[in-house]
Amino acid sequence: MREFGYQCADDVTGAVTLLAADPDARYLGGGTNLVDLMKAGVERPGLLVDVRELPLGRIEPTADGGLRIGATVTNSDLAVHPEVRRHYPALTQALLAGASGQLRNMATVGGNLLQRTRCGYFTDLSQPCNKRNPGSGCPAVAGEHHNHAVLGASDHCVAVHPSDMGVALTAFDAVVSYESADGPGEIPITDFYLPVGDSPHRETALPPGALITHVTLPAAPVARSRYRKVRERASYAFAIGSVAAALTVEDGRVREARLALGAVASRPWRARAAEAVLTGAPADGATFAAAADAELAAARPLPHNGYKVTLMRNLVVSVLTELAGEDAR
Amino acid sequence: MAPAPSSTSSAITLNINGEKHHLPIDHRTTLLDALRERLDLTGTKKGCDQGQCGACTVLVDQRRVVSCLSLAVAAEGREITTIEGVAEGDELHPVQQAFLDLDGYQCGYCTPGQICSAIAVIEEHAAGWPSAVTDDPAPEAGPPPLTPEEIRERMSGNLCRCGAYVSIVQAVARAAEEHAAEKHTAKEASA
Repeated sequence: MREFGYQCADDVTGAVTLLAADPDARYLGGGTNLVDLMKAGVERPGLLVDVRELPLGRIEPTADGGLRIGATVTNSDLAVHPEVRRHYPALTQALLAGASGQLRNMATVGGNLLQRTRCGYFTDLSQPCNKRNPGSGCPAVAGEHHNHAVLGASDHCVAVHPSDMGVALTAFDAVVSYESADGPGEIPITDFYLPVGDSPHRETALPPGALITHVTLPAAPVARSRYRKVRERASYAFAIGSVAAALTVEDGRVREARLALGAVASRPWRARAAEAVLTGAPADGATFAAAADAELAAARPLPHNGYKVTLMRNLVVSVLTELAGEDAR
Repeated sequence: MAPAPSSTSSAITLNINGEKHHLPIDHRTTLLDALRERLDLTGTKKGCDQGQCGACTVLVDQRRVVSCLSLAVAAEGREITTIEGVAEGDELHPVQQAFLDLDGYQCGYCTPGQICSAIAVIEEHAAGWPSAVTDDPAPEAGPPPLTPEEIRERMSGNLCRCGAYVSIVQAVARAAEEHAAEKHTAKEASA
């Protein structure tokens, strides 16, 4: 590991100034991904700016009935917050489905959004990787890709974003707030992650050196929401597919639907095509299957991950059916 | 903000098991390596060294964390508890006693991490935290019973290559029952 300086920041402006002055500097939150990548040699920062003592550790109600979540709130504290459990159950479920109790106690909300892909080629320095070393190639396209993207990928990169939390935040239309050397800004989470295209190394719309300060949830659209995750073992594993859904049914018809898919793309995937099919349609199995098919029509599976298309179709139908059943009660 | 960013080491003080340790430390040192290699606290074990096995679990400010992904320099000012610090003198912690009585291990390598994790699991459950297998996460639903399924999910961050899971689950269940009974008695005594 490269030697590095360490500073514990005590105000946001100071932290942002340090990053602006040093392109080799990185923010340190829980460290669950960054320290791991530093050990692997993928990240080689010259300075770590510890942000955990910044006054960004609170969860507060907003005037319009939403929640404003500080970037250094841990995944555990967000998952068990009474208002999140009550009004955004899919977010609690997504958080609790991620990693382990130990890692959730360390990991922060800001860091969770900025975690890197777990593609094996990305973390293996002996291999080319367009995300790590732009222009070097993507061995996953013709190699080991059973858990890679089926939506929105390109020939340059087929890696998936590993976050569970981000999938629920995407269904709930969260907004990411940041502070940068040029001042503060906000980005809807659906625009936060950039399309892969030919620049998979550019992952987010955050300006260079910007610090995520908050994530804001608008008032919960509907009471019923759910996150379901499929993985290769029962717990403590990344998803091979996941769904965050919220559904309101009135008189047997879908009044409002929110749907986001995980582990299928380089970002949490908002399923707008499926939502369009759902809205106003009868809340039944045929509608749910048509919605899933509408979204997955754009899928471009690779030789070893075609199962994901079937898996996601079944998962979407199953979760929506469950939610519709709960709504009918 | 204190020291110059160019320096790659710091003189730090770690508060471990109620005792202060002063040491100069290279910033690259993990809390795990500081405990084992610098402070001779070898009860905490190094398994995968990449956050995937839980053998290095310790408590930081009463929360369980993996010490292999924690930097020692970032642990300054926090209250660290390792397996060496969970007993009260010669009296074992109830979780330690339950692991002993019920054979919650085979080779023992993952055991310090299992025990530190279980201590926190019991506190998290007592505080009403749901888990990924809890049916209804709403606070109104109340804390779920600590079933074997709940214990397995909550302990899933601690791998045991010997496969002693059956007795680990039993040990955690017994320690949790004792903990609940103790709280109940304390409540009655104060009533």
